Amino acid sequence: MKIRKLLTAGLTAGMMALGFAGSALADDGLDNPSRNAFYDGVKGKRVVFVPLAMGFDLTEGWAAIMRKQAADLGYTLDIRDPNWSTDAGTRALTALISEKPDVIIAHNPDVQSYARLLKRAMDSGIKVIQLNLESVVPTDAYIGADWSRVGYIEAEQLVKHCGTGSGKSGKVAIIRGQPTAASDLYELYAYKQTFAKDPAIKVVSEQAAQYDPAKARAIMETVLQQHPDLCGVVGNWDNQDVGAGAAIQAAGKADDIFVITSGGGNQIGCDNIQKGLLDTIVSYDVPLQGEAINQQIVQTLLSPAKAGETKTAYYTPLTLLTKDNIGPRTCWTLDQLK
Amino acid sequence: MRGLRLSQEGVVFALAVALFAAFGATLHNFLTPGNLVALVRSVSILGILGLGMGLVVIGRGIDLAMVATMVVSLSWVLSMAQGGMPLETALMFGLALALGIGVINGVLVAYADIPAIFTTLAMGLVAYGAGRAFMFQIDVQNTPAGYAWFDFLGQGSIAGLPMPIIAFAVLAALMALLLLRTRFGRFVYAAGDNALAARITGIPLRPLIVAQYVVSALIAFLAGLVMAAAVSGMSTRVYNSTMIYDVLLVVVLGGISLSGGRGGVRNILVGTLLVGVLLNGMTILDITYTTQNLIKSLILLLAIIVDSFINPRDEQTSQQSQGDI
Repeated sequence: MKIRKLLTAGLTAGMMALGFAGSALADDGLDNPSRNAFYDGVKGKRVVFVPLAMGFDLTEGWAAIMRKQAADLGYTLDIRDPNWSTDAGTRALTALISEKPDVIIAHNPDVQSYARLLKRAMDSGIKVIQLNLESVVPTDAYIGADWSRVGYIEAEQLVKHCGTGSGKSGKVAIIRGQPTAASDLYELYAYKQTFAKDPAIKVVSEQAAQYDPAKARAIMETVLQQHPDLCGVVGNWDNQDVGAGAAIQAAGKADDIFVITSGGGNQIGCDNIQKGLLDTIVSYDVPLQGEAINQQIVQTLLSPAKAGETKTAYYTPLTLLTKDNIGPRTCWTLDQLK
Repeated sequence: MRGLRLSQEGVVFALAVALFAAFGATLHNFLTPGNLVALVRSVSILGILGLGMGLVVIGRGIDLAMVATMVVSLSWVLSMAQGGMPLETALMFGLALALGIGVINGVLVAYADIPAIFTTLAMGLVAYGAGRAFMFQIDVQNTPAGYAWFDFLGQGSIAGLPMPIIAFAVLAALMALLLLRTRFGRFVYAAGDNALAARITGIPLRPLIVAQYVVSALIAFLAGLVMAAAVSGMSTRVYNSTMIYDVLLVVVLGGISLSGGRGGVRNILVGTLLVGVLLNGMTILDITYTTQNLIKSLILLLAIIVDSFINPRDEQTSQQSQGDI
């Protein structure tokens, strides 16, 4: 036995020396040397997500996708839920700066509140990704909708329906969300730029509903009394503007008034299109955004760059949802993402 | 002499009429029946909540848990109904929850002698937190399909008047009856005016206080019912809004003194009307969001200043065990 072992060893050594090693390896496949760096680089890291609030379609959707990857790759994903309170969010961020997680994912309630804290976080070595609502401070990455573009698309659609040559009154109403949020400010600029180009468009109302469908409904009821010949409505968020749609439907004008808004492409939004409460949703597609944020998390964790050293942005693709193009599989439900 | 005294209700009513006249004269389409119905409709939920808050404030308390009670009980109902439970059964559970919150509020205020403002503030947080943790996951609950009578509560109309307005009117009438025509109502005034004197005369003060909070919780539940039916769902985000302060605005603005024992349903109607006229007019004028908030808060401040002039703090009110709110 011993002799045989020695012989084999001797033969192997000889073959290796002769350069047969390659062929022996090829028979057993190849251990990819670069994959270890990928897994080791993310394993055990800590990522913290500070959303506006949990419990609604966008944040629950993103969180479901992010959780899946975190479990898969072995890094932790914590969620600090400030439940719509900017104050609580600020406190969470302040606490995080001293806790030093590897990455903070911030969902900004407005363009200012978190700005300084995010900068402080980067100064202390924590990488920061902003998700779908950005602040005035650019950070390591922004993943989310290009709100200006959402605004231009919405406004152009509205001009097509109500502008010169449409034969309509040209009266439009703007329903804002939270007047200090990135989505609101950038969209509003785009609306105004676009509407200014068409003299037929008259903005008859510009009111904030603060993401509340009941408020949007009350505003729309009043506006309809003043302007029964209203032609179109452009809004900040489908979950809010469904209230305006309900007021329009209650007034029996669902066919006359064009309602366009934006949203995450959730099934509830699509149902509201089917019900005729909304006409078009510019969707920023939460499942797609979830994949993009996942990719960004890994890239940020692996990147040798220091926090705040490089600043990138990826504006996620937009799709237009209308009655004509939505099918049973166009929109997503939370259960599909989990 | 009393007839000549300037009451806050009178001032607010005059203000509402003046605003109404000014808007009517200057704003196109303000005085159309359609706009007036929309005006009242938009504040009817606020008014219903104001009825409950008014009762408690007359009894020299305050119920800051009303919005939480409304949001949590109805969200729970809708979440159970979506899970397949018949809506009627779910409503019974929701009603029991709301009444339970009312009883706890009342017992803590009446028997543990904790100031109402802290009890109800904390209770609101507890109810909301428990709701979000154990009763429903998603913050907007939609009404289940196929319950026509439920939808009618919020979206139907009788004789051209939308149901929320009818509900407000019916509840206001019931509350007026309760306050003016029943022993309970008179006792609430007596206890609110001078709790110790009321107790000495033999009024069961503590059960009376518990009953007030139970009634306000019941009204919160009914307001939630109408609200959920009107917008086909219940958004728990309402709890985070300034709604509870708006309810307080309606009550204080209407002239129900925070020092208790004064005011009635008429004050709530006047307060609701002023807020309604104001909101409607500002929306028509297309005043920006920040300016609207400024105007609203200036008016609340004005109302509180007027309140302290007309109902000055005196020896009697400052000695009461519940303390000044």
